[in-house]
Amino acid sequence: MEKDLYQHPDYYLVDELLTEEHKLIRDTVRAYVKKDISPIIEDYAQKAAFPKQIIKGLGEVGCFGPFVPEQYGGPGLDYISYGIMMQELERGDSGVRSTASVQGSLVMFPIYKYGSEEQKHKYLPKLATGELMGCFGLTEPNHGSNPAGMLSNFKDAGDHVILNGSKMWISNAPFADIAVVWAKDEAGEICGMVLERGMEGFTTPETHGKWSLRASATGELVFDNVKVPKENIFTKVKGLKGPLSCLSSARFGIAWGALGAAMDCYDTALRYAKQRVQFGRPIAGFQLTQKKLAEMITDITKSQLLNWRLGVLRNEDRATPAQISMAKRNSCEIALRISREARQILGGMGITGEFSIMRHMMNLESVVTYEGTHDIHLLITGMDVTGINAFGG
Amino acid sequence: MKILVCISQAPDTTTKIAFTDNNTKFASQGVTYIINPHDEWYALVRALELKESGIATAVHLVTVGKADVEPVIRKALALGGDEAIRIDTDSNEPYVIAMEIAHYAESLGYDLVLCGKESIDYNNGIVGAMLAEFLELNYIGFATKLDIAGNIATVSREIDGGEETDTCKLPLVISCQKGVAEPRIPNMRGIMAARTKPLKVVAAAGIQPLSTIVNFEMPPAKSGVKMIAADNMDELVNLLHTEAKVI
Ligand SMILES: Cc1cc2nc3c(=O)[nH]c(=O)nc-3n(C[C@H](O)[C@H](O)[C@H](O)COP(=O)(O)OP(=O)(O)OC[C@H]3O[C@@H](n4cnc5c(N)ncnc54)[C@H](O)[C@@H]3O)c2cc1C
Repeated sequence: MEKDLYQHPDYYLVDELLTEEHKLIRDTVRAYVKKDISPIIEDYAQKAAFPKQIIKGLGEVGCFGPFVPEQYGGPGLDYISYGIMMQELERGDSGVRSTASVQGSLVMFPIYKYGSEEQKHKYLPKLATGELMGCFGLTEPNHGSNPAGMLSNFKDAGDHVILNGSKMWISNAPFADIAVVWAKDEAGEICGMVLERGMEGFTTPETHGKWSLRASATGELVFDNVKVPKENIFTKVKGLKGPLSCLSSARFGIAWGALGAAMDCYDTALRYAKQRVQFGRPIAGFQLTQKKLAEMITDITKSQLLNWRLGVLRNEDRATPAQISMAKRNSCEIALRISREARQILGGMGITGEFSIMRHMMNLESVVTYEGTHDIHLLITGMDVTGINAFGG
Repeated sequence: MKILVCISQAPDTTTKIAFTDNNTKFASQGVTYIINPHDEWYALVRALELKESGIATAVHLVTVGKADVEPVIRKALALGGDEAIRIDTDSNEPYVIAMEIAHYAESLGYDLVLCGKESIDYNNGIVGAMLAEFLELNYIGFATKLDIAGNIATVSREIDGGEETDTCKLPLVISCQKGVAEPRIPNMRGIMAARTKPLKVVAAAGIQPLSTIVNFEMPPAKSGVKMIAADNMDELVNLLHTEAKVI
């Protein structure tokens, strides 16, 4: 792969809206990505393997659950810091960002928010360093966009419960040490619980043959009469709002992350267009190339401002789930469009692993799908502005 | 053992260099500053390693600059210094910088003063030596390896065709370069910890510079490549004679 020369675009001086600490966090994660991710990621994506060795570094830098307070082993940073970190990680690769998103927003967040003191002390410090890795099981084979219909369920058996069912498309599942699983109790209410690898009847077969997020491991969670101790069940939340609050945290990170992938594509395409000469001049000098680049930077700039504002609202605990949906949907949409246009600018080179663009483009097909598909987020915005539910069911 | 590390800021290596005020000043508008890499990657990291291995008890950072250098000093604190001192004056002149630091540090009993071999903007490379002179301490320049045992420093440096190893009693001033340590990336805990570490601002002693910069010049622009047809020897000879003026 080409040397990683990435510099972020900042057409509207959005950096001035960030604190010195935010910028230091960004430089830190960027330096980490340039040192440990960029040199290896193409190779791992090509061979469809998760680079397990990066877990230690991600933990050391502090990319797992940066919003978790110090008493539980996190650094206790704000949500803009979290967004910036996800932006820089996904600038490198959406799969790496996914690993960090799942660990932070989908595993550490619910344990921090809904777990008992014992659960928090038992899991959070080790999850922050990467000594323990987690996954999040919500989606099922027959219930994706409609998780409320899930079939996974558990029955009371004294000091423990018996869990049955299965989950599909679960990031980190093949190597996770623990799983935050959502299943229905006997009254049909959704509850969350922590499963540990090794529990009898709990298996995590890997999903092979993906053309997207190839450097991230995806798998199933299968529960065959798994005995789960009652102390592993979250007592502070019941119903769909449990998993949905986790998704809000993760979607917030994705809004920033997908923008990072878009920025990388733009940065690569701009540099290439200025260097590549056809018909006696750099291709950046052709109007059709300029149209692509001008539209890309316009989309990126708008999204930077949207995300920054969302970050401020989230820091003040005022960001609504629907606002987060809008930003997640917007970033995925512009990132996909920018990656496709950027790939065109690179011509044949655009389809090779020499550059990151095609990898980003394929990754983004997952990013636009998971954590609520493009259309589901549209329906969320639609419902929010009209007050009418158009999901059906 | 107390270590003082001299930290300066320098323009990011991708900065487009330009000058103002009739080519007498560096145009700093919009420039991103970093910790001078020789200070950060080698002097500071080695000092931190010495502290982590229990040899040093404290690592203090000192910089000469106005308030605009504070982000860079916070980053250095995020990497792991215990406290920082900013001497409140703006100068790029090595004599002023070395004198100001010496003035501040002379009565504080540092056992080891580390700095980078040079700053990557003005490349003078003499602050370390001057500082040693003003503090009346021994000096070893351009270290590529540094170990401390008891009160003896063992320092390697590159010489023509080989390596020289010196030993010297502390206290000592050493300028560091590649080899002394490996660059480190800060982490989020360090960044959070830096928020509450002391950053003391002390008034400058008011040292006057010995030299002034008359003006800056950019190196001549790289000339483009001229392609000459392989069989056109006359043109080649002509150009080498009249344009390149080498024959
Ligand atoms: C790589 C990858 C990693 C993932 N990681 C995780 C994970 O870690 N944990 C987890 O729980 N899940 C994970 N997922 C699952 C992901 O969240 C789901 O794929 C997603 O929610 C969509 O569900 P589905 O695939 O079942 O599609 P479906 O819900 O079947 O949707 C298919 C299509 O129908 C559309 N559609 C559905 N309902 C409506 C409607 N009411 N109106 C209009 N259109 C509609 C959708 O927009 C979509 O276009 C992952 C997925 C992928 C691809």
